[in-house]
Amino acid sequence: MSENFVVEIISPDKSILKTEATEVTIPSYEGQMGILKDHIPLITFLRPGLIEIKESSGEKKFFIEDGTVEFSNNSLLILTSTARGLDTLDQKSIESIIQNSEEKINKAEISDKEKYLLSYKIDTLRQINK
Amino acid sequence: MPSLDDLKKRIKSVKSTQKITKAMKMVAAAKLRKAQENAEKGRPYSQKMQNIILNLTKSINDPQNAPKLLVGTGQDKTYLCVVLTADRGLCGGFNSNICKLAKTNFKKILSEGKELKIITVGTKGLDQIKREYGKYVTKKFSFKNKKQITFSEAEIIGNEIISLFKDNQFDKCILFYNNFKNVITQIPQAQQIIPADNNSSKEKEDDPTSYEFEPDEDEILEDLLPKNISTQIFKAFLENAASEQGSRMTAMDNATRNAGELVDKLTINYNRSRQASITKELIEIISGAESL
Repeated sequence: MSENFVVEIISPDKSILKTEATEVTIPSYEGQMGILKDHIPLITFLRPGLIEIKESSGEKKFFIEDGTVEFSNNSLLILTSTARGLDTLDQKSIESIIQNSEEKINKAEISDKEKYLLSYKIDTLRQINK
Repeated sequence: MPSLDDLKKRIKSVKSTQKITKAMKMVAAAKLRKAQENAEKGRPYSQKMQNIILNLTKSINDPQNAPKLLVGTGQDKTYLCVVLTADRGLCGGFNSNICKLAKTNFKKILSEGKELKIITVGTKGLDQIKREYGKYVTKKFSFKNKKQITFSEAEIIGNEIISLFKDNQFDKCILFYNNFKNVITQIPQAQQIIPADNNSSKEKEDDPTSYEFEPDEDEILEDLLPKNISTQIFKAFLENAASEQGSRMTAMDNATRNAGELVDKLTINYNRSRQASITKELIEIISGAESL
C-alpha cells in the first residue's frame, strides 16, 4: 500500500500545486507540524514559514506568509494567497522583503500578534538566504 | 424615397459602425479567454474556503457564542445589498440583468418593511439604480482605472462591509453578480454572504468528521470569516469580469451581423433606385428621339 496522500496548494487566482506526497511539513500557527498519511482531520492556520513537501521523486519547498490548512480523507488542502516556490525567489527580492518587514516591526503601533508573525517571516527569509 | 446620395451615405455609416462592433467583438473575445481562465482558476479557492467554513460551522456546539459574522445578529431588519456591475456599457443585457434582479429584491425588502442599504461597485449599475433607489445608496466603488481587478480590491470592499457590520449598520448582506456559465449564458445571482449561507449544508453529509482545531474553533472562525467574505467578493469579481466579456462578445457579434444585413438591404435599395433612374433617363431619350 502506498504511503502517499494528495497535496493541493490553491491561491485565490490559481491552483499552484497538486501532487502526491509522503510527508508534508507546514508552519502551523502554534509550531512546525509534520503531516503523514492518515493524519486525523485537522484545520489550522499558518504563520510565515516554509512548506516542505516530500514526494517520492524529490522535495519541494514553498515560502508562504499566511494561509489556512485543512486535512481530511487523506487530502491536504492549503489555501494561501502568498505561496511562492523557493526557486522563484532570488536573493535580492528576499532582502527587500526582509528590509520592509524590519521597518514595519520597528514601528511601535503594531500589535504583538503582528510582531510575532513578522519576526517569523524575517527569520525564515534569513534562513533561505544563507 | 431617399435620394441616391442619402442611401450612399447611410451605407457608408452602417459599414463604419460594423467595423467598430467587429473590432469590439475581437477585443472582447481576446479578453474573454483570459477572464474565463481566471474565473475558472479562482473557483476552487472560494469553494474550498466555503467548505472549510461549513465544516467548522457543523462542529460548533455553542451557537450562542459563535461569531456574529457566521450566525448573524439574530435580527433581520436592515439589508445591505452589494451590486457588482461593469464600468462600461455595450455589453448586451449584462448590467441590466444584474440591476433587474437587484431591483426585484429591493422591492421585496422594502415591501416587507425592512431597511435597505446599497453599495454599488461599477458605474453602470449605479446609473441604473440611482434613478429609483438613489437615496438608499450608501457607498459607491469604481475600479475604472484598474486594468485587472486583484484580490486587494476585493479586500477593500470586504473590509468596508465588515466594518459596517461591526458598527451594527446591517443584519444581512447580499451580493449581486453575474455567474459565468458559458459564453452565451450568464446567470445573475444573489448570494447571501452575511450571515454565512447555510443552504448548502441542507444536503445531508454522511461523514460527521470531527476535526482537530489548532488554535480553537472560535479563533479560526474569527480569522477565516472576514477572509471568506473577501474571497467570495473576489470570486464574484472574477465571474463578473468573465461574464462581462462574454456578454459583450455575443452582443457585438449580433450587432455586426445586423449591420451586415442592413448593409445588404440598403445596397439592394441603392441599386434598384439607381437602375430606376437610368431606365427613366433612357425612356426620356428614346421618346425624345422618336418624336423628332
